[in-house]
Amino acid sequence: MKPIAILIKKDLLLELRHQHTFFGILLYVASSIFVLFLAIGHPASDVYNGVFWMMQLFISINAVAKSFLQESKGRMIYFYLVSSPVQFVIAKMIYNAVVVIIMVVLSLILFLILLGSPMLDLWRFAVISFYGAFSISLVFTLMSAIAAKAQQNAAIMAILGFPLIIPQLMLLIRISKSAFGLGFESGALTQMVLLLSGLNILVIVLAVILFPFLWKD
Amino acid sequence: MKFTWWKVVCIVFLLFSFIAGFLIKVPNIGNLHQTIRNFFFHVPMWFTMITLLTLSLGYSIAYLRTQNLKYDIRAGEYAKTGIVFGLLGLATGSIWAKFTWGEYWSNDPKQMAAAIAVLIYFAYVVLRGSMNDFDKRARISGVYNIFAWFIYIPLIIILPRMVQSLHPGGLEGAQGGGNPALGGGSLDPTMRAVFWPAVFGWILLGIWISDLKIRYFLLTHKTIVNA
Repeated sequence: MKPIAILIKKDLLLELRHQHTFFGILLYVASSIFVLFLAIGHPASDVYNGVFWMMQLFISINAVAKSFLQESKGRMIYFYLVSSPVQFVIAKMIYNAVVVIIMVVLSLILFLILLGSPMLDLWRFAVISFYGAFSISLVFTLMSAIAAKAQQNAAIMAILGFPLIIPQLMLLIRISKSAFGLGFESGALTQMVLLLSGLNILVIVLAVILFPFLWKD
Repeated sequence: MKFTWWKVVCIVFLLFSFIAGFLIKVPNIGNLHQTIRNFFFHVPMWFTMITLLTLSLGYSIAYLRTQNLKYDIRAGEYAKTGIVFGLLGLATGSIWAKFTWGEYWSNDPKQMAAAIAVLIYFAYVVLRGSMNDFDKRARISGVYNIFAWFIYIPLIIILPRMVQSLHPGGLEGAQGGGNPALGGGSLDPTMRAVFWPAVFGWILLGIWISDLKIRYFLLTHKTIVNA
Protein backbone atom coordinates (compact mmCIF):
# COMPACT_ATOMS: atom_id res chain seq x y z
CA MET A 1 0.00 0.00 0.00
CA LYS A 2 2.75 2.44 0.91
CA PRO A 3 4.39 2.59 -2.54
CA ILE A 4 0.97 3.28 -4.07
CA ALA A 5 0.43 6.17 -1.67
CA ILE A 6 3.86 7.56 -2.52
CA LEU A 7 3.20 7.29 -6.26
CA ILE A 8 -0.15 9.08 -5.85
CA LYS A 9 1.57 11.76 -3.80
CA LYS A 10 4.15 12.13 -6.57
CA ASP A 11 1.41 12.72 -9.13
CA LEU A 12 -0.27 15.20 -6.84
CA LEU A 13 2.98 17.14 -6.34
CA LEU A 14 3.57 17.21 -10.08
CA GLU A 15 0.04 18.49 -10.56
CA LEU A 16 0.63 21.24 -8.00
CA ARG A 17 3.89 22.27 -9.66
CA HIS A 18 2.41 22.26 -13.16
CA GLN A 19 -0.83 23.91 -12.27
CA HIS A 20 -1.26 25.25 -15.77
CA THR A 21 -2.27 21.80 -17.07
CA PHE A 22 -4.93 21.41 -14.39
CA PHE A 23 -6.32 24.88 -14.96
CA GLY A 24 -6.07 24.31 -18.68
CA ILE A 25 -8.46 21.38 -18.37
CA LEU A 26 -10.72 23.40 -16.09
CA LEU A 27 -10.87 26.10 -18.71
CA TYR A 28 -11.63 23.46 -21.29
CA VAL A 29 -14.52 22.20 -19.15
CA ALA A 30 -15.92 25.67 -18.54
CA SER A 31 -15.63 26.95 -22.08
CA SER A 32 -17.03 23.82 -23.73
CA ILE A 33 -20.05 23.79 -21.41
CA PHE A 34 -20.54 27.50 -22.05
CA VAL A 35 -20.47 26.92 -25.81
CA LEU A 36 -22.97 24.12 -25.27
CA PHE A 37 -25.22 26.52 -23.36
CA LEU A 38 -25.00 29.06 -26.17
CA ALA A 39 -25.84 26.35 -28.67
CA ILE A 40 -28.76 24.59 -27.02
CA GLY A 41 -29.86 26.64 -23.99
CA HIS A 42 -32.09 24.57 -21.71
CA PRO A 43 -32.48 21.18 -23.41
CA ALA A 44 -35.09 18.50 -22.69
CA SER A 45 -34.07 15.67 -20.38
CA ASP A 46 -33.06 13.18 -23.08
CA VAL A 47 -30.80 15.66 -24.83
CA TYR A 48 -29.47 16.90 -21.47
CA ASN A 49 -28.54 13.37 -20.47
CA GLY A 50 -26.87 12.55 -23.78
CA VAL A 51 -24.95 15.80 -23.96
CA PHE A 52 -23.85 15.49 -20.33
CA TRP A 53 -22.26 12.11 -20.94
CA MET A 54 -20.64 13.15 -24.19
CA MET A 55 -19.13 16.08 -22.32
CA GLN A 56 -17.84 13.75 -19.58
CA LEU A 57 -16.25 11.62 -22.29
CA PHE A 58 -14.29 14.54 -23.75
CA ILE A 59 -13.38 15.95 -20.37
CA SER A 60 -12.11 12.61 -19.07
CA ILE A 61 -10.09 11.84 -22.17
CA ASN A 62 -8.35 15.19 -21.79
CA ALA A 63 -7.83 14.81 -18.07
CA VAL A 64 -6.48 11.26 -18.30
CA ALA A 65 -4.49 11.58 -21.53
CA LYS A 66 -1.56 13.34 -19.89
CA SER A 67 -1.17 10.76 -17.10
CA PHE A 68 1.23 8.55 -19.04
CA LEU A 69 2.09 10.93 -21.85
CA GLN A 70 3.72 13.31 -19.36
CA GLU A 71 6.16 10.69 -18.05
CA SER A 72 9.47 10.91 -19.85
CA LYS A 73 11.38 7.79 -20.82
CA GLY A 74 14.04 8.38 -18.21
CA ARG A 75 11.49 8.77 -15.49
CA MET A 76 9.76 5.53 -16.54
CA ILE A 77 13.09 3.70 -16.14
CA TYR A 78 13.38 5.16 -12.65
CA PHE A 79 9.87 3.94 -11.74
CA TYR A 80 10.78 0.59 -13.20
CA LEU A 81 13.63 0.34 -10.70
CA VAL A 82 11.81 1.55 -7.60
CA SER A 83 8.29 0.16 -7.90
CA SER A 84 6.33 -2.73 -9.37
CA PRO A 85 4.11 -2.32 -12.44
CA VAL A 86 1.02 -3.34 -10.50
CA GLN A 87 1.58 -0.66 -7.88
CA PHE A 88 2.29 1.87 -10.58
CA VAL A 89 -0.86 1.22 -12.61
CA ILE A 90 -3.07 1.10 -9.51
CA ALA A 91 -1.66 4.42 -8.34
CA LYS A 92 -2.34 5.92 -11.75
CA MET A 93 -5.89 4.58 -11.76
CA ILE A 94 -6.69 5.96 -8.31
CA TYR A 95 -5.17 9.32 -9.16
CA ASN A 96 -6.98 9.58 -12.50
CA ALA A 97 -10.28 8.55 -10.93
CA VAL A 98 -9.93 11.34 -8.37
CA VAL A 99 -9.04 13.93 -11.03
CA VAL A 100 -11.92 12.90 -13.28
CA ILE A 101 -14.40 12.92 -10.39
CA ILE A 102 -13.31 16.47 -9.51
CA MET A 103 -13.87 17.45 -13.15
CA VAL A 104 -17.30 15.84 -13.10
CA VAL A 105 -18.29 17.72 -9.94
CA LEU A 106 -17.29 20.99 -11.58
CA SER A 107 -18.98 20.20 -14.88
CA LEU A 108 -22.14 19.08 -13.05
CA ILE A 109 -22.25 22.42 -11.22
CA LEU A 110 -21.78 24.27 -14.51
CA PHE A 111 -24.46 22.17 -16.16
CA LEU A 112 -26.88 22.96 -13.34
CA ILE A 113 -26.14 26.68 -13.52
CA LEU A 114 -26.15 27.06 -17.30
CA LEU A 115 -28.28 24.27 -18.74
CA GLY A 116 -30.77 23.97 -15.89
CA SER A 117 -31.74 20.86 -13.95
CA PRO A 118 -34.44 18.77 -15.66
CA MET A 119 -33.65 15.77 -13.44
CA LEU A 120 -36.16 14.75 -10.79
CA ASP A 121 -33.59 13.24 -8.47
CA LEU A 122 -30.46 15.38 -8.43
CA TRP A 123 -28.55 13.28 -5.88
CA ARG A 124 -29.13 10.09 -7.78
CA PHE A 125 -27.84 11.78 -10.94
CA ALA A 126 -24.80 13.08 -9.07
CA VAL A 127 -23.95 9.67 -7.64
CA ILE A 128 -24.38 8.01 -11.06
CA SER A 129 -22.13 10.60 -12.68
CA PHE A 130 -19.39 10.06 -10.06
CA TYR A 131 -19.55 6.34 -10.61
CA GLY A 132 -19.55 6.92 -14.35
CA ALA A 133 -16.51 9.16 -14.14
CA PHE A 134 -14.75 6.42 -12.19
CA SER A 135 -15.62 3.81 -14.86
CA ILE A 136 -14.50 6.03 -17.72
CA SER A 137 -11.22 6.93 -16.03
CA LEU A 138 -10.35 3.24 -15.56
CA VAL A 139 -10.60 2.44 -19.27
CA PHE A 140 -8.79 5.61 -20.32
CA THR A 141 -5.91 5.00 -17.90
CA LEU A 142 -4.92 1.84 -19.75
CA MET A 143 -5.54 3.51 -23.13
CA SER A 144 -3.27 6.36 -22.05
CA ALA A 145 -0.56 3.84 -21.16
CA ILE A 146 -0.89 2.19 -24.58
CA ALA A 147 -0.87 5.54 -26.40
CA ALA A 148 2.20 6.68 -24.47
CA LYS A 149 4.05 3.45 -25.23
CA ALA A 150 3.16 3.69 -28.90
CA GLN A 151 4.82 7.12 -28.74
CA GLN A 152 1.87 8.74 -30.39
CA ASN A 153 0.03 11.94 -29.71
CA ALA A 154 -3.24 12.09 -27.82
CA ALA A 155 -5.19 11.45 -31.04
CA ILE A 156 -4.42 7.73 -30.95
CA MET A 157 -5.88 7.61 -27.47
CA ALA A 158 -9.22 8.88 -28.76
CA ILE A 159 -9.10 6.39 -31.63
CA LEU A 160 -8.42 3.52 -29.23
CA GLY A 161 -10.59 4.69 -26.37
CA PHE A 162 -13.82 5.87 -27.92
CA PRO A 163 -15.02 2.56 -29.36
CA LEU A 164 -13.97 0.73 -26.19
CA ILE A 165 -15.81 3.07 -23.83
CA ILE A 166 -19.16 2.65 -25.61
CA PRO A 167 -20.41 -0.35 -23.55
CA GLN A 168 -19.90 1.57 -20.30
CA LEU A 169 -21.28 4.77 -21.78
CA MET A 170 -24.41 3.04 -23.09
CA LEU A 171 -25.03 1.53 -19.67
CA LEU A 172 -24.40 4.86 -17.92
CA ILE A 173 -26.77 6.77 -20.19
CA ARG A 174 -29.48 4.21 -19.55
CA ILE A 175 -28.88 4.08 -15.79
CA SER A 176 -28.90 7.86 -15.46
CA LYS A 177 -32.25 8.05 -17.24
CA SER A 178 -33.68 6.75 -13.97
CA ALA A 179 -32.74 10.08 -12.38
CA PHE A 180 -34.96 11.83 -14.93
CA GLY A 181 -37.94 9.82 -13.77
CA LEU A 182 -37.85 7.05 -16.37
CA GLY A 183 -39.28 3.90 -14.82
CA PHE A 184 -37.51 0.57 -15.34
CA GLU A 185 -38.83 -2.94 -14.90
CA SER A 186 -38.11 -4.22 -11.42
CA GLY A 187 -34.57 -5.52 -11.24
CA ALA A 188 -33.50 -4.04 -14.60
CA LEU A 189 -31.74 -1.12 -12.95
CA THR A 190 -29.90 -3.31 -10.44
CA GLN A 191 -28.93 -5.63 -13.27
CA MET A 192 -27.40 -2.75 -15.23
CA VAL A 193 -25.53 -1.39 -12.20
CA LEU A 194 -24.16 -4.86 -11.52
CA LEU A 195 -23.14 -5.25 -15.15
CA LEU A 196 -21.35 -1.90 -15.06
CA SER A 197 -19.57 -2.89 -11.85
CA GLY A 198 -18.65 -6.19 -13.45
CA LEU A 199 -17.15 -4.34 -16.40
CA ASN A 200 -15.21 -2.07 -14.02
CA ILE A 201 -13.78 -5.05 -12.16
CA LEU A 202 -12.89 -6.65 -15.49
CA VAL A 203 -11.08 -3.50 -16.61
CA ILE A 204 -9.12 -3.28 -13.34
CA VAL A 205 -8.12 -6.96 -13.50
CA LEU A 206 -7.10 -6.67 -17.16
CA ALA A 207 -5.08 -3.52 -16.47
CA VAL A 208 -3.25 -5.18 -13.58
CA ILE A 209 -2.51 -8.27 -15.70
CA LEU A 210 -1.62 -6.46 -18.92
CA PHE A 211 0.27 -3.41 -17.72
CA PRO A 212 3.46 -5.31 -16.76
CA PHE A 213 3.77 -6.31 -20.45
CA LEU A 214 3.43 -2.70 -21.52
CA TRP A 215 6.09 -1.10 -19.43
CA LYS A 216 9.00 -3.47 -20.08
CA ASP A 217 11.10 -2.15 -22.92
CA MET B 1 0.35 -25.76 -52.62
CA LYS B 2 -0.43 -27.01 -49.19
CA PHE B 3 -3.63 -28.98 -49.50
CA THR B 4 -5.12 -30.53 -46.42
CA TRP B 5 -8.38 -32.30 -45.67
CA TRP B 6 -10.07 -29.35 -43.97
CA LYS B 7 -9.80 -27.26 -47.11
CA VAL B 8 -11.76 -29.94 -48.97
CA VAL B 9 -14.34 -29.89 -46.16
CA CYS B 10 -14.53 -26.10 -46.46
CA ILE B 11 -15.19 -26.21 -50.22
CA VAL B 12 -17.74 -29.01 -49.92
CA PHE B 13 -19.62 -27.29 -47.07
CA LEU B 14 -19.72 -23.94 -48.83
CA LEU B 15 -20.84 -25.43 -52.14
CA PHE B 16 -23.51 -27.38 -50.29
CA SER B 17 -24.73 -24.32 -48.40
CA PHE B 18 -24.87 -22.19 -51.55
CA ILE B 19 -26.75 -24.81 -53.57
CA ALA B 20 -29.06 -26.01 -50.81
CA GLY B 21 -29.47 -22.51 -49.37
CA PHE B 22 -31.01 -21.26 -52.57
CA LEU B 23 -32.95 -24.41 -53.50
CA ILE B 24 -34.52 -25.95 -50.38
CA LYS B 25 -38.09 -25.22 -49.36
CA VAL B 26 -38.01 -22.71 -46.52
CA PRO B 27 -40.73 -22.14 -43.92
CA ASN B 28 -42.77 -18.95 -44.32
CA ILE B 29 -42.27 -16.95 -41.13
CA GLY B 30 -43.83 -13.52 -40.63
CA ASN B 31 -42.67 -10.95 -43.16
CA LEU B 32 -39.45 -12.80 -43.91
CA HIS B 33 -40.77 -14.73 -46.94
CA GLN B 34 -37.85 -15.84 -49.12
CA THR B 35 -35.37 -13.48 -47.45
CA ILE B 36 -35.00 -16.11 -44.73
CA ARG B 37 -32.44 -17.70 -47.06
CA ASN B 38 -30.10 -14.90 -46.05
CA PHE B 39 -29.97 -16.66 -42.68
CA PHE B 40 -27.51 -19.14 -44.25
CA PHE B 41 -25.16 -16.30 -45.20
CA HIS B 42 -25.68 -13.51 -42.67
CA VAL B 43 -25.45 -15.48 -39.44
CA PRO B 44 -22.34 -17.53 -40.37
CA MET B 45 -20.48 -14.22 -40.88
CA TRP B 46 -20.81 -13.46 -37.18
CA PHE B 47 -19.84 -16.98 -36.16
CA THR B 48 -16.75 -16.65 -38.34
CA MET B 49 -15.89 -13.19 -37.05
CA ILE B 50 -16.11 -14.30 -33.41
CA THR B 51 -14.03 -17.42 -34.13
CA LEU B 52 -11.32 -15.45 -35.95
CA LEU B 53 -11.18 -12.72 -33.30
CA THR B 54 -10.96 -15.36 -30.58
CA LEU B 55 -8.10 -17.04 -32.45
CA SER B 56 -6.48 -13.62 -32.65
CA LEU B 57 -6.88 -13.24 -28.88
CA GLY B 58 -5.34 -16.66 -28.36
CA TYR B 59 -2.28 -15.78 -30.45
CA SER B 60 -1.90 -12.44 -28.67
CA ILE B 61 -1.83 -14.23 -25.32
CA ALA B 62 0.64 -16.74 -26.78
CA TYR B 63 2.84 -13.87 -27.98
CA LEU B 64 2.89 -12.16 -24.59
CA ARG B 65 3.85 -15.46 -22.95
CA THR B 66 6.56 -16.51 -25.39
CA GLN B 67 7.67 -13.30 -27.22
CA ASN B 68 7.63 -15.29 -30.47
CA LEU B 69 6.94 -12.82 -33.29
CA LYS B 70 5.16 -15.45 -35.40
CA TYR B 71 2.30 -15.46 -32.92
CA ASP B 72 1.86 -11.73 -33.23
CA ILE B 73 1.70 -11.91 -37.00
CA ARG B 74 -0.97 -14.59 -36.68
CA ALA B 75 -2.91 -12.46 -34.19
CA GLY B 76 -2.84 -9.49 -36.56
CA GLU B 77 -3.90 -11.42 -39.65
CA TYR B 78 -6.74 -13.26 -37.88
CA ALA B 79 -8.06 -9.94 -36.56
CA LYS B 80 -7.92 -8.36 -40.03
CA THR B 81 -9.81 -11.26 -41.63
CA GLY B 82 -12.25 -11.08 -38.72
CA ILE B 83 -12.96 -7.43 -39.56
CA VAL B 84 -13.67 -8.37 -43.18
CA PHE B 85 -16.23 -10.91 -42.02
CA GLY B 86 -17.71 -8.30 -39.67
CA LEU B 87 -18.14 -5.91 -42.60
CA LEU B 88 -19.70 -8.71 -44.67
CA GLY B 89 -22.03 -9.43 -41.77
CA LEU B 90 -23.07 -5.78 -41.63
CA ALA B 91 -23.59 -5.68 -45.39
CA THR B 92 -25.66 -8.88 -45.59
CA GLY B 93 -27.60 -7.70 -42.53
CA SER B 94 -28.34 -4.30 -44.08
CA ILE B 95 -29.68 -5.87 -47.23
CA TRP B 96 -31.84 -8.20 -45.18
CA ALA B 97 -33.02 -5.30 -43.03
CA LYS B 98 -34.04 -3.30 -46.11
CA PHE B 99 -36.45 -6.05 -47.15
CA THR B 100 -37.88 -6.91 -43.75
CA TRP B 101 -37.65 -3.76 -41.59
CA GLY B 102 -37.78 -1.24 -44.45
CA GLU B 103 -34.43 0.49 -43.84
CA TYR B 104 -30.82 -0.43 -44.49
CA TRP B 105 -29.97 0.92 -41.07
CA SER B 106 -32.54 1.28 -38.31
CA ASN B 107 -30.30 1.89 -35.29
CA ASP B 108 -31.18 -1.47 -33.86
CA PRO B 109 -29.05 -2.20 -30.74
CA LYS B 110 -27.50 -5.22 -32.42
CA GLN B 111 -26.63 -3.28 -35.54
CA MET B 112 -25.01 -0.64 -33.35
CA ALA B 113 -23.08 -3.18 -31.31
CA ALA B 114 -21.81 -4.90 -34.45
CA ALA B 115 -20.70 -1.59 -35.93
CA ILE B 116 -18.92 -0.62 -32.71
CA ALA B 117 -17.21 -4.00 -32.61
CA VAL B 118 -15.85 -3.37 -36.09
CA LEU B 119 -14.68 0.09 -34.96
CA ILE B 120 -12.83 -1.43 -31.97
CA TYR B 121 -10.89 -3.71 -34.27
CA PHE B 122 -10.28 -0.96 -36.81
CA ALA B 123 -8.61 0.87 -33.93
CA TYR B 124 -6.47 -2.25 -33.40
CA VAL B 125 -5.33 -2.11 -37.04
CA VAL B 126 -4.61 1.63 -36.74
CA LEU B 127 -2.56 0.96 -33.60
CA ARG B 128 -0.56 -1.75 -35.37
CA GLY B 129 0.05 0.53 -38.31
CA SER B 130 1.28 3.36 -36.10
CA MET B 131 4.42 1.49 -34.98
CA ASN B 132 7.33 0.33 -37.09
CA ASP B 133 9.34 -1.62 -34.56
CA PHE B 134 8.22 -5.25 -34.77
CA ASP B 135 8.71 -6.20 -31.12
CA LYS B 136 7.14 -3.06 -29.80
CA ARG B 137 4.20 -3.35 -32.16
CA ALA B 138 3.69 -6.95 -31.13
CA ARG B 139 3.72 -6.18 -27.42
CA ILE B 140 1.55 -3.09 -27.41
CA SER B 141 -1.00 -4.27 -29.93
CA GLY B 142 -1.15 -7.61 -28.10
CA VAL B 143 -2.12 -5.81 -24.92
CA TYR B 144 -4.78 -3.80 -26.75
CA ASN B 145 -6.10 -6.89 -28.51
CA ILE B 146 -6.63 -8.77 -25.25
CA PHE B 147 -8.27 -5.76 -23.63
CA ALA B 148 -10.50 -5.18 -26.67
CA TRP B 149 -11.71 -8.77 -26.79
CA PHE B 150 -12.84 -8.72 -23.19
CA ILE B 151 -14.76 -5.46 -23.71
CA TYR B 152 -16.14 -6.64 -27.03
CA ILE B 153 -17.70 -9.85 -25.75
CA PRO B 154 -20.02 -8.12 -23.24
CA LEU B 155 -20.82 -5.61 -25.97
CA ILE B 156 -22.12 -8.16 -28.45
CA ILE B 157 -23.27 -10.94 -26.16
CA ILE B 158 -24.59 -9.44 -22.92
CA LEU B 159 -25.79 -5.90 -23.70
CA PRO B 160 -27.95 -6.70 -26.77
CA ARG B 161 -29.94 -9.21 -24.75
CA MET B 162 -30.95 -6.58 -22.23
CA VAL B 163 -32.66 -4.22 -24.64
CA GLN B 164 -35.51 -4.43 -27.11
CA SER B 165 -34.43 -5.20 -30.60
CA LEU B 166 -35.75 -5.95 -34.03
CA HIS B 167 -33.45 -8.95 -34.17
CA PRO B 168 -34.56 -12.21 -32.59
CA GLY B 169 -33.25 -12.86 -29.10
CA GLY B 170 -33.79 -9.44 -27.55
CA LEU B 171 -35.72 -8.68 -24.37
CA GLU B 172 -38.96 -9.59 -26.12
CA GLY B 173 -37.66 -12.14 -28.56
CA ALA B 174 -39.99 -14.70 -30.05
CA GLN B 175 -39.00 -17.28 -27.47
CA GLY B 176 -38.45 -14.80 -24.66
CA GLY B 177 -34.82 -14.04 -25.37
CA GLY B 178 -32.09 -16.58 -25.83
CA ASN B 179 -29.38 -16.79 -28.41
CA PRO B 180 -29.87 -14.08 -31.02
CA ALA B 181 -28.03 -16.12 -33.61
CA LEU B 182 -30.17 -19.20 -33.58
CA GLY B 183 -33.67 -17.76 -33.70
CA GLY B 184 -34.97 -19.97 -30.88
CA GLY B 185 -37.20 -22.83 -31.92
CA SER B 186 -38.28 -21.21 -35.18
CA LEU B 187 -35.52 -22.94 -37.09
CA ASP B 188 -36.83 -26.09 -38.75
CA PRO B 189 -34.69 -29.25 -39.15
CA THR B 190 -34.03 -28.77 -42.90
CA MET B 191 -32.74 -25.26 -42.29
CA ARG B 192 -30.59 -26.51 -39.46
CA ALA B 193 -29.08 -29.10 -41.81
CA VAL B 194 -28.00 -26.34 -44.19
CA PHE B 195 -27.11 -23.80 -41.53
CA TRP B 196 -24.46 -25.69 -39.57
CA PRO B 197 -22.43 -26.81 -42.61
CA ALA B 198 -22.60 -23.16 -43.77
CA VAL B 199 -21.24 -21.97 -40.41
CA PHE B 200 -18.33 -24.40 -40.44
CA GLY B 201 -17.66 -23.80 -44.11
CA TRP B 202 -17.34 -20.05 -43.60
CA ILE B 203 -15.23 -20.47 -40.45
CA LEU B 204 -12.84 -22.73 -42.35
CA LEU B 205 -12.74 -20.25 -45.23
CA GLY B 206 -11.85 -17.46 -42.77
CA ILE B 207 -9.02 -19.55 -41.34
CA TRP B 208 -7.88 -20.46 -44.85
CA ILE B 209 -7.70 -16.81 -45.97
CA SER B 210 -5.82 -15.83 -42.80
CA ASP B 211 -3.50 -18.78 -43.19
CA LEU B 212 -2.54 -17.72 -46.73
CA LYS B 213 -1.87 -14.17 -45.58
CA ILE B 214 0.20 -15.39 -42.63
CA ARG B 215 2.31 -17.67 -44.80
CA TYR B 216 2.85 -14.90 -47.34
CA PHE B 217 3.89 -12.49 -44.59
CA LEU B 218 6.26 -15.02 -43.03
CA LEU B 219 7.89 -15.59 -46.43
CA THR B 220 8.38 -11.91 -47.17
CA HIS B 221 9.67 -11.15 -43.67
CA LYS B 222 11.82 -14.25 -43.25
CA THR B 223 14.85 -12.45 -41.85
CA ILE B 224 12.92 -10.50 -39.26
CA VAL B 225 10.74 -13.33 -38.03
CA ASN B 226 13.54 -15.88 -37.70
CA ALA B 227 15.98 -13.47 -36.08
